[in-house]
Amino acid sequence: MTPQITVLYFARLREAVGVQEERIALAADVATVADLLAHLARTDPQKQAAFARLDVKVAVNQAQATGATPLAPGDEVALFPPVTGG
Amino acid sequence: MAVRIQPSAFDAGAELMALTRGRGDIGASVTFIGQVREMSGGGALRMLTLEHYPAMAHAELERIERQAHARFDIVDLTIIHRFGDLAPGEPIVLVIATARARQPAFDAANFVMDYLKTDAPFWKKEHGAAGARWVDARATDDAARDRWRR
Repeated sequence: MTPQITVLYFARLREAVGVQEERIALAADVATVADLLAHLARTDPQKQAAFARLDVKVAVNQAQATGATPLAPGDEVALFPPVTGG
Repeated sequence: MAVRIQPSAFDAGAELMALTRGRGDIGASVTFIGQVREMSGGGALRMLTLEHYPAMAHAELERIERQAHARFDIVDLTIIHRFGDLAPGEPIVLVIATARARQPAFDAANFVMDYLKTDAPFWKKEHGAAGARWVDARATDDAARDRWRR
């Protein structure tokens, strides 16, 4: 079975891409967060537009991540705007 | 040490009593409450919706709590953050720090709020007469957090 990751979208970014949660097959050329964002933008024009327009923050398995953070099968990746709690 | 994330209102007085009643080792407590105010751009707010990422919100608040304990000479810390739909004037967040002396209690509460504002995965959406808009993050919050890094 193809290894998969879960991608979650929150707040303004969720509204911009029209997706709350999805499973993505982890292809061999998607090794890092940056690879994943490029893959999502390539395969979905709505996501490409949203990523270009909005400041996108990332977490992997509920911890803050960067473009260089590596991805493994079963990981949970969250994409979201800068936080505004408190 | 308590971190709670909940939709319901909290009782700040009861939370304070829980940390301080009968405690001869505590000389000071500092309580911060953040609450819902009017629209960022001005105008009457009907409702504030707080969205959050539950698992990460818990992880981040617990990390901030651990860092505060490691950095400041405090006895206890309570952090409560609400989510869901809130009306103007309703409380959103509670931070209580207790310590032997006042300076660490003030500093710990300040530190927790500055990190919470930049790191905790919550997002506010304001609902007003003209419709709804997401609140933008502020550079001043990043600057406040950065102070603690010097």
